[in-house]
Amino acid sequence: MLSIKNLQVNVEGKPILNGIDLEVKAGEVHAIMGPNGSGKSTLANVIAGREGYEVVGGSVTYQGKDLLQLPPEERARAGVFLAFQYPVEVPGVSNIYLLKAALNAVRKHQGKSELDAMDFLTLVREKLKLVEMKEELLYRAVNEGFSGGEKKRNEILQMAILEPKLAVLDETDSGLDIDALKVVANGVNTLRSPERATILVTHYQRLLDYIVPDRVHVLAHGNIVKSGDKSLALELERQGYAWLTQDSARVSA
Amino acid sequence: MAAPSDNKQPSATAPGVALPPPSLESYLDAVAAARAGLPGQSVPWVRRLREEAATRFAELGFPTTRHEDWKYTNVSAIERHPYAPAPAGASAGVGAAQLETLLFTGIAAHRLVFVNGRYAPSLSGIGALPTGVTVGGLAEMLATQPDKLEPHLGKYVPANAQGFAVLNTALLVDGAYIHLARGTAVEQPIYLVFVATHADALMASPRNLVVAEESSQATIIEQYVALDEGRYFTNAITEAVLARNSHVEHYRFQQESPKAHHISGWHVHQGRDSGFTSHTVDMGGLLARNDLNSRLDAEGAECEFNGLYVVDGHRHVDNHTCVDHAKPHGTSREFYKGVLDGQARAVFNGRVVVHPDAQHTDAQQMNNNLLLSKTAEVDTKPQLEIYADDVKCSHGATVGSLDEDALFYLRTRAIDEAAARDLLTYAFANDVLSRMKLPAIRLQLEQRLTTRLLHGRTLRELELI
Repeated sequence: MLSIKNLQVNVEGKPILNGIDLEVKAGEVHAIMGPNGSGKSTLANVIAGREGYEVVGGSVTYQGKDLLQLPPEERARAGVFLAFQYPVEVPGVSNIYLLKAALNAVRKHQGKSELDAMDFLTLVREKLKLVEMKEELLYRAVNEGFSGGEKKRNEILQMAILEPKLAVLDETDSGLDIDALKVVANGVNTLRSPERATILVTHYQRLLDYIVPDRVHVLAHGNIVKSGDKSLALELERQGYAWLTQDSARVSA
Repeated sequence: MAAPSDNKQPSATAPGVALPPPSLESYLDAVAAARAGLPGQSVPWVRRLREEAATRFAELGFPTTRHEDWKYTNVSAIERHPYAPAPAGASAGVGAAQLETLLFTGIAAHRLVFVNGRYAPSLSGIGALPTGVTVGGLAEMLATQPDKLEPHLGKYVPANAQGFAVLNTALLVDGAYIHLARGTAVEQPIYLVFVATHADALMASPRNLVVAEESSQATIIEQYVALDEGRYFTNAITEAVLARNSHVEHYRFQQESPKAHHISGWHVHQGRDSGFTSHTVDMGGLLARNDLNSRLDAEGAECEFNGLYVVDGHRHVDNHTCVDHAKPHGTSREFYKGVLDGQARAVFNGRVVVHPDAQHTDAQQMNNNLLLSKTAEVDTKPQLEIYADDVKCSHGATVGSLDEDALFYLRTRAIDEAAARDLLTYAFANDVLSRMKLPAIRLQLEQRLTTRLLHGRTLRELELI
């Protein structure tokens, strides 16, 4: 589904990713872990298409297409979803309208008709239950005045409604209490299917207690320095990152 | 809290402006020529009011960019290409059907139409009013019941008013007269339509007076429209006095011809526990300058000014507000937003004066501007002059382009870039309209806003409705 080859990315002329290779197949959940500044969020943002990231080498192929050639909205329509580390407040645009606009744009791309108002509301209410979110938040401006937990639940709500093929969750777990963490995990697990893939970018192992990954990768200094199965996350929990980041210094030297 | 700022005006009689420039003479001649035919001219105080204003206008002339309050708004075009006072009788040429297309629909209102500044009863429909409420043309009042006007007319325009206000008084001819007796409430809005037609090179000088006695209530809609794309000049003045516990909600929608000059002044005088709310929307005109002033002259008075300006091309809009907190426990709220495109220019100056007596004043002011082009320009200035020590005063001003983070966020939710830009622009501006209490007006202004901002898209296409 997603094939990243030797991806090199600069930000303001400074190399941040130094040759990432990553293969994500449909049905898989990959966790990308690593210390602050290792390039985790850069990778998530490059997949989603944020400006300001200069790809200086390598490729990102999604469902056989060159993802880097597509503007963010076309990636979203093709099924790529980024759950933001810091969901953006959009004053004056109500949450429910954004959901409807987004869903209809995706459906249109898929050649489906728009959902009528009743069907849409039924769908949204069902997904609200999944993320344990209050209905009143639908009618507020997007993320405006939402608590940290509400913002993250709102990201998962959008994901649950849009049903992406490839979901990238950028530190969605950070700052969440255990109840909110379970809600996020539940949202991701519900979406898990043989046709979909998920990339969890996270700093902490605890999310992986609830979402069991197929693969775990450790990112340090812009390189994947180690990959393994779920047991790697547990090892990181015990030992921290130091033993790997020293490794990486040697590898890249 | 800001330190009191020095706000000395340049003297109008400074060397070099003592003699009126030749182009001003045409206005002076027009004032002199018009005088004999004006309504109420046989009434001594009315005649005196006009004559004093004419004398003052001859001294002042029009403001120039040397005046601090006009630094960014150059009105020399009004002086260079003189406009002549609009004659009576233009209403005959106005088709009611054509007019209707420009007006707000779906509101039951007491409607007064003014053509080139003069009341047109045939186009108006005042309807049944509650006992104690008088609504009509000012010219008729000047001719028949001037004593009713005497306590108020000309009393609330500040003594140091600029040239446009005194020119309006010198030519005082017609406008709206609204009187609300004690304890009356007008449920339906009073809807004042100022329409320009065949007005090329003409000047309309509507003069309105609103007298709200104790515990009265009304909503006033004021709309400026044009039937053709003439190059004309509207010079409107409204005085409003709100007695104790009275409440007036005001909507002003300026949609003049794209070639028109529009100068307007609202001068409000508020009594104890009175409330004045103003929503002002500027979408038309080549040059518009609005002065909105309120003096909170007794304890517990509240005012709220909301404003939106949407300008593009080479157009210019200037909002000068002044809240004069004269007594304790007054509250003022100002919230202005602007959207500028092309080479448009906007000015916002929010003056707040808190007098030594006005302890426990609570004044807030905000002005946010969104620039859609690199060539648009905004000059925004809060001007707080605080002479009391136990007050809450805040202000803020921003000038910026669209939030790139919000834009990216919407795009990652499958919304294409152009639509996301329009959506954010619309949401920014609509923030002002959403404060309006009359749903019919709000919805129709939203509709006009979409026409201006959405590049042919509809709210439906953006899934906004």
